[in-house]
Amino acid sequence: MVRLLQIEFIKLWNNRASKILILSYFILICCIALIAAIKFPFGEGILLADLGIFNFPYIWHHNSFIAAILKLFFAIVVVSMMANEYSNKTIKQNLIDGLSKKEFVLSKFLTVISFSLISTVFVFVVSMILGLIYSDYNEVSIIFSDMEFLLAFFIKLVGFFSFCLFLGIFVKRSAFALGFLILWAVFEQILFGILGWQITSWETASKIKSFLPLESMANLINEPYTRLSAVQNVANQIGENLNFDYAVHWHEFLIVLFWTALFVYLSYVLLKKRDL
Amino acid sequence: METILTVNNLTKKFGYLTAVKNLSFTIEKGNVYGILGPNGSGKSTTLGIILNVVNRTAGDFNWFDGTTSTHEALKKVGAIIERPNFYPYMTAIQNLKLVCKIKEVPDTKIQEKLELVGLWERRNSKFRTYSLGMKQRLAIASALLNDPEILILDEPTNGLDPQGIHQIREIIKKIAGKGTTILLASHLLDEVEKVCSHVVILRKGEKLYSGPVDGMLASHGFFELRTKDMEKLEALLEKNASFGKLTKENGMLTAFLKEEMNAEELNKMLFDQGMVLSHLVKRKESLEEQFLTLTKNK
Repeated sequence: MVRLLQIEFIKLWNNRASKILILSYFILICCIALIAAIKFPFGEGILLADLGIFNFPYIWHHNSFIAAILKLFFAIVVVSMMANEYSNKTIKQNLIDGLSKKEFVLSKFLTVISFSLISTVFVFVVSMILGLIYSDYNEVSIIFSDMEFLLAFFIKLVGFFSFCLFLGIFVKRSAFALGFLILWAVFEQILFGILGWQITSWETASKIKSFLPLESMANLINEPYTRLSAVQNVANQIGENLNFDYAVHWHEFLIVLFWTALFVYLSYVLLKKRDL
Repeated sequence: METILTVNNLTKKFGYLTAVKNLSFTIEKGNVYGILGPNGSGKSTTLGIILNVVNRTAGDFNWFDGTTSTHEALKKVGAIIERPNFYPYMTAIQNLKLVCKIKEVPDTKIQEKLELVGLWERRNSKFRTYSLGMKQRLAIASALLNDPEILILDEPTNGLDPQGIHQIREIIKKIAGKGTTILLASHLLDEVEKVCSHVVILRKGEKLYSGPVDGMLASHGFFELRTKDMEKLEALLEKNASFGKLTKENGMLTAFLKEEMNAEELNKMLFDQGMVLSHLVKRKESLEEQFLTLTKNK
C-alpha cells in the first residue's frame, strides 16, 4: 500500500501544475478562517464571526460545508491525474513495467482517500482553532458533539473524487472529463425537473434525486445558514417557518458509499476491458 | 533449456479483423529472437498481449514456468513498445526512480544504466526536452533497470536518424553479448538478420515460420558464376543433377543447388571440363530473399 502511494506521490509531486493546485487547495481550506474577518456594513458593521457561525458545535457543520465547496477545485487534480496517464500513454508503460491493473486503480483510489483524510484533518484543525477563539460555548462535551459532519465531509470527498477518477478513466481527457462532470450535475437537475413535472409527484422526484450520485453527496451536508438563529429570527418575523432536517443520516452515507464502490469498480472493469 | 515464454494458440480479434490468428511459439533463454512481418501483421498486438496491455480473444500464454501472474512476471521483463512513454514533466532520474518503485527494485542501478545508453550527462533534463533518439535510449535504460531475464523491443529504431539507429543497434548488441534473451519485433529485415539467431515470421496474424534463421528455407544456397562462354556453362550445368533453376542476369549465371556442393568441388569439376571461371561465389539467400520467398509461397 505504501508503495502504491509512493508511486502516485512521485507522479503528482513532480508535476508543477498539480503541486501548485494541491498547495493552493490546502491554503484555501485554511482561508476559511478569513470568514471571521468579513464585516457587514450595517451601522457600525457586524462581524460575521459575531453571528455565531463559529459556535461549537455549529462550526463543524458550517466549516465542513464551506470546505466541501473547494472540492471542485481539487477535482481538477484528480481528473487530470487519471486522464494524463492516458494522454501521456504512461498507463501503458506502467502496466508493462509490472503494475497490475488492480494496483493501478488502487493507487489512485488510495491517493484520493489520503487527500480526503488530510483535508478532513485540516478542516478539523482550522475549525478547532476558530472555534476556540470565537465560540461562545467552550465545554468539552459541546465542542466534540456533532462531529459526524466531519465524517460526512470525508465520505463526501471520497465519493466525489471517486466519481472524478471514473470520469478521468472513462473520458480519458481532463478537460472533457470536467465538462462531463458539469454536464452530469445539470443532468441530475433536469432529470429531477422532468420527473417531478411530468412523471411523478415532486416529492417522489426529490426522493429519486437523492439517490443520484452528486445529489446524494450534496445531501450529506445540508446548507448550514438557515440553521443560524439570526437567520431563523428573520424568517420567523416574515412568517416563514424554516424547518429543515440538517442531520447526517446513515442512509445518506450508504448511498454515497455505494456510488463510491461502484465508481471504483467500474474504473477497474473499464481498465480491464480496454485494449491500450 | 529454460523456457521464458510459451504462447499457445493465441488469437486476437478487433471486431471483424483478426489481428493474431492461432499463434504459438516458445522463447528459450539465451537466444535472440526476431519477430518479423510487414506492417500490420500482428507483431505489436502479440507483444501487447504478452505484456498485459491488450486483452486476448482466445488462447493463452505463460511467463517462465507458468506459476507467476503476468504482472509479477513483467517485473522480471524489460520492454519498450513503439514509442517511449514517460512523464514529460519529470527528469530522466525521476522517471527511472518511478520505474524502480513499480518494478520493486532498488534504485541503485540508475547511474549504471544511464551511462550504458549515454544519457548520464542529461540525467536532470526533463523528458520532454529529449530528442526521439534520447527518448528511445531512456526507454532502453528503463527496461534494463531490473537486469531483466528477457528484453522485448518493438521497432526500437523506428523514426530514428541513421546515427540514432546505429546507437540503438550498438546498445542491443552490447546487451545481447551479455547473454540476455532478446525478443525484437521489426519489419526491417537487415536489422533482424544482424542481431537475431531465431525468427518468428508473421503475415496477417498467422505464423509462417518459427525457428533458427538458417533453417528458414530448405535451401542449399546458390552459385554466382561468370566465364567467357556462358552458353556452354549453362548447358553443362543443365545436365548436372545437383542444380535446379538457372537464371542469367547482367552476364552472370545464378545456379540454385538442389543438394549440398561446395565451391571447390564445382570449380574443380568445371576446370576438368575445360572451363575457367572468372567469377565464383557461393551464397545463401539473404533474410530478405528468404522472407520474400516465404511470404510469396503461402
